[in-house]
Amino acid sequence: MNKKGIVIRGLRKRYGEGETAVEALRGVDMQVAPGEVVGLVGPSGSGKSTLLKCLGAVIDPTAGYMELDGEVIFDDGWKVRDLRALRRDRIGFVFQAPYLIPFLDIVDNVALPRMLAGVPNAEARETARELLQALDMTHRIGAMPAQLSGGEQQRVAIARGLVNHPPVILADEPTAPLDTARAMAVMRILQDMARRFHTAVIVVTHDEKIIPTFRRIYHIRDGVTHEEAGEGRPLDAS
Amino acid sequence: MISLAGRDILHGWGKFLFTGLGLGLLIGVTLTMAGVYRGMLDDGRMQLDNSGADLWVVQKDTLGPYAEPSSLPDDSWRRLRTLPGVAQAAGITYLTMQVQNGKRTVRTMVVGIAPYGPGTPGWPRHLVAGRHITRGHYEAVADLGTGFRIGDRVRLRRHEYTVVGLSRRTVSSNGDPMLFIPLSDAQQAQFLKDNDAILEQRRRIAANPVLGRPTVVDAAIESQTSPHSVNAVLLRLAPGARSEEIVQTIGRWQRFTAYDRDAMGDILIGKLIATASRQIGMFLVILAFVSAAIVAFIIYTMTMDKIREIAVLKLIGTRNRTIAGMILQQALALGLIGFVVGRISAGLATPLFPKFVLLIPLDSFIGFFAVMAICTVASLASIRLALRVDPAEAIGG
Repeated sequence: MNKKGIVIRGLRKRYGEGETAVEALRGVDMQVAPGEVVGLVGPSGSGKSTLLKCLGAVIDPTAGYMELDGEVIFDDGWKVRDLRALRRDRIGFVFQAPYLIPFLDIVDNVALPRMLAGVPNAEARETARELLQALDMTHRIGAMPAQLSGGEQQRVAIARGLVNHPPVILADEPTAPLDTARAMAVMRILQDMARRFHTAVIVVTHDEKIIPTFRRIYHIRDGVTHEEAGEGRPLDAS
Repeated sequence: MISLAGRDILHGWGKFLFTGLGLGLLIGVTLTMAGVYRGMLDDGRMQLDNSGADLWVVQKDTLGPYAEPSSLPDDSWRRLRTLPGVAQAAGITYLTMQVQNGKRTVRTMVVGIAPYGPGTPGWPRHLVAGRHITRGHYEAVADLGTGFRIGDRVRLRRHEYTVVGLSRRTVSSNGDPMLFIPLSDAQQAQFLKDNDAILEQRRRIAANPVLGRPTVVDAAIESQTSPHSVNAVLLRLAPGARSEEIVQTIGRWQRFTAYDRDAMGDILIGKLIATASRQIGMFLVILAFVSAAIVAFIIYTMTMDKIREIAVLKLIGTRNRTIAGMILQQALALGLIGFVVGRISAGLATPLFPKFVLLIPLDSFIGFFAVMAICTVASLASIRLALRVDPAEAIGG
């Protein structure tokens, strides 16, 4: 697993043109190593979501440089052609709400990105079961999303984000709807998985409960990031 | 790759099934309307086929008894029979009237048939019960649709007739079941006046200074009150005879108008049923639009309910064509359920209709592809909506 994490330099994003143009990102620098979990913290309107969308290859930056797992994916206007395949194979997403597909059972929910990548169904399901096992969800295999608690759904969503073994996972407020115990459980899973699969994890959060658990935090304000060391508080003690 | 459409349908199968049932009833109405149209055409063809005629000779410059009044002397068949190429000739009368069957009034077409036995043009070809008419008077063969049974007594004008045989699908172009009686009885039923009218006419003739002379009055009364007309003469041609030549000969020398089978078919189906079929055609178009609107609305609503899931699917790398395929497959599945339900409900409903409703495989075949086409078109708006969903919608902020 020679993953190389994510590197961002001087990333800019401007919405609109002329006098009405809004500069949402004004030169973001960021680097997350494989196996590392970093926090991205900032007030509303600071540019968090825009940065997340740029990192998630959902919108194009205006300028700057992005490298994912050692491969340049954006460089001052140039970008890789197949962003859909990039999202599918190399980026895992975990959302504030789990957003599981309600008509698929949890195994197929987890296996879906792998099936979309062309892996045979049986093989994709086997990988999904292994991941669910690793996330202590064995007893729920075969259940539909509506039958799970919020915390269980979020674990399934994490498994879905990991199923293609992406070099980076983008987690958007993954603990917001959860109580402290469940929020800590989710963070523990993310840290375990990051270590286990050498995945760089970026957690966008407002959640005061989990901010002290990061070793490194990027604060974003007015489209600019500032790196600072976090408390790195052990999760068991939080 | 798993079938997303199939999984979604299975997940909400109850909702999907009930929606399909509702759509199916609408499709059932559409198929039944097509069946009503086919039934009308078939009734027209039945009347032509059951007559057993190759040519219809009618009053000059009229369209014949199926379309308008036609009257010609009842002995015309004799000279028509002598024309080269004519194998059989028989006069016939048609009279639509209300007949009492117990407490029920049945609208029937009373057919007067020449007394030359089975095989004569105009006679019912096959009976399903009883026997053909063998006596010159007061016997009848009734279509099953009249509701009469063997031995029933039927009153027509002044006389009663005994039903001696039953036929099936012997109907007029309006779908009225036929009642066959001897020609002379039918002439009386159609042309003979009632006793009061005859007495009144007798008084008038007697009072007429020209006709009232003793030597003339009886002949005048006889000529004006005795029925000696038929509505048409049916001809059956000898093998190899050319109907066009005989039609021309009759028109030129016999002072009648003759129609062959195609021409009479045009009159019956092309002229008489044309307005009704246009009406039904219009109704079918409206139903098709209503079905399309309903399918479009249902599929659009189902897609709207899945916007967030579609955004997530796109974000995790699902191809647009996979998402479009999911919506299209659901629309087609809905159409399939609707069609099956519609076809079954139409099949169950047709016997309940008072007139003949004919569901033919071709209409079902066309209906199936029309439903699939309508569902495909109806899903386009939903597909457009889904393809415009921004994967960024799955990411907050």
